[in-house]
Amino acid sequence: MRNYLRTVITVVWKDIVGEARNKEILTSMLVFSLLVILIFNFALDLDVQAQESVTAGVLWVTFTFAGTLGVNRSMASEREGGCLDGLLLVPVDRSALYVGKALGNLLFLLVVEVIVLPIYSVLFNVNMLVPGFLLVVLLGSIGYIAVGTLLAAMSVQARTRDILLPILLFPLAIPILIPAVKASIGYLEGYPGPWIMTWLNVIIVYDLIFTAIAVILFEYVVEDWS
Amino acid sequence: MEEKPRFLSLLDGISVILFLAAVLLVFFYAPLERSMGAVQKVFYFHVSTAWVGMLGFFVSALMGVMYILSREKIWDMIGFSSVEISFIFFLIAIISGSIWARPVWNTWWTWDPRLTTAAVVELIYGAYFLLRQAVDEPRQKARFSAVYAIFAFVSVPLTFVSIRMLRTIHPVVIGAGDPIGGGGFSMTGPMQVTFFFSLFTFSVLFVDVLWHRIRLEKLETMMNELRLASRN
Repeated sequence: MRNYLRTVITVVWKDIVGEARNKEILTSMLVFSLLVILIFNFALDLDVQAQESVTAGVLWVTFTFAGTLGVNRSMASEREGGCLDGLLLVPVDRSALYVGKALGNLLFLLVVEVIVLPIYSVLFNVNMLVPGFLLVVLLGSIGYIAVGTLLAAMSVQARTRDILLPILLFPLAIPILIPAVKASIGYLEGYPGPWIMTWLNVIIVYDLIFTAIAVILFEYVVEDWS
Repeated sequence: MEEKPRFLSLLDGISVILFLAAVLLVFFYAPLERSMGAVQKVFYFHVSTAWVGMLGFFVSALMGVMYILSREKIWDMIGFSSVEISFIFFLIAIISGSIWARPVWNTWWTWDPRLTTAAVVELIYGAYFLLRQAVDEPRQKARFSAVYAIFAFVSVPLTFVSIRMLRTIHPVVIGAGDPIGGGGFSMTGPMQVTFFFSLFTFSVLFVDVLWHRIRLEKLETMMNELRLASRN
């Protein structure tokens, strides 16, 4: 168990150090997110009245796209740098590598969200400092990254790498995006608690089921890693 | 050259006879539904094709597990074949549903939970083909397909639940709201007989087509091997 935890922490730390050196993933995710919001601003005419009903949707679409970019890049760099090759030679549980990669990806996505949310809040004059809403963002990101990391590990080994990931990921992510958007609207608009809780439950169920499956199946995705 | 198995030919015959019988039952035995009339008869094959679709997707997830545990190529073959067949059957179910919906709901398509789930499911399994196409190495292809098929099948009920909650007004009770909407009806005895007979027919048809598809895959593999051997 201690060994497992150490492996996880090592993998996360490796990703953080790598990111601190080249800042590839975070900058591209961040700039991309802001661009998406900018485009939405023009496409949907986001004035103060209109944005009330679409804020949650716009934010989740932004996070979804940015998340895809992040997990894809983080797996692609494993492939180019050959780091995972080395890690796979180490006699540790492969699922620890998955948990490490997923936590690293989650961390990057959360950093982007922490920066994007205040900016959105200032630009469109919405109060985002609702604890419940932040919880939804966290839980939704967990499920999305859990599935995304596993699928990215497959898609980077395929021939059509970059275009394959969204095609695989988006339909599987629908059951988490719907409750995430709904629960976010619920908190931002102050809907009754029980209504929000039903959505929150779906998110939690998704997180648990898919994280468990991904942890189990990861080793079959990376054997013969090429 | 492998001979066509005797039992497969027999199954072909049985499928054809059952299918003809099902058509006869639908048109001459099942009574006309009072408010919807003749168009309701699409229901028997509509539900049956959708059933075969889900059955095949379930089989593919099961075969995914089997492949991962045993690494026998045959499980991958069965899994892939059943997704291929089910994809088409599910598409037929969506189209026949549209045909039914046009006169009854007055629209070809509505974002009702079942329809939306069906659309998402088709997209998920469409991605399955793209994934297979993008991987060349056969064992890697089989492994990825197995993993994806498991993920895909697990996501289907969650998709259904969340979309159903989205479309009903009171999401607290999952069972609330009539999913059939305006087209609801209760089945009389002959209707039930026809319905279950159609389900049975399509299940047999599924097994038959699946067997053919697996045989085709095997023959193709054999042919490729022979071609390689002749080149050397």
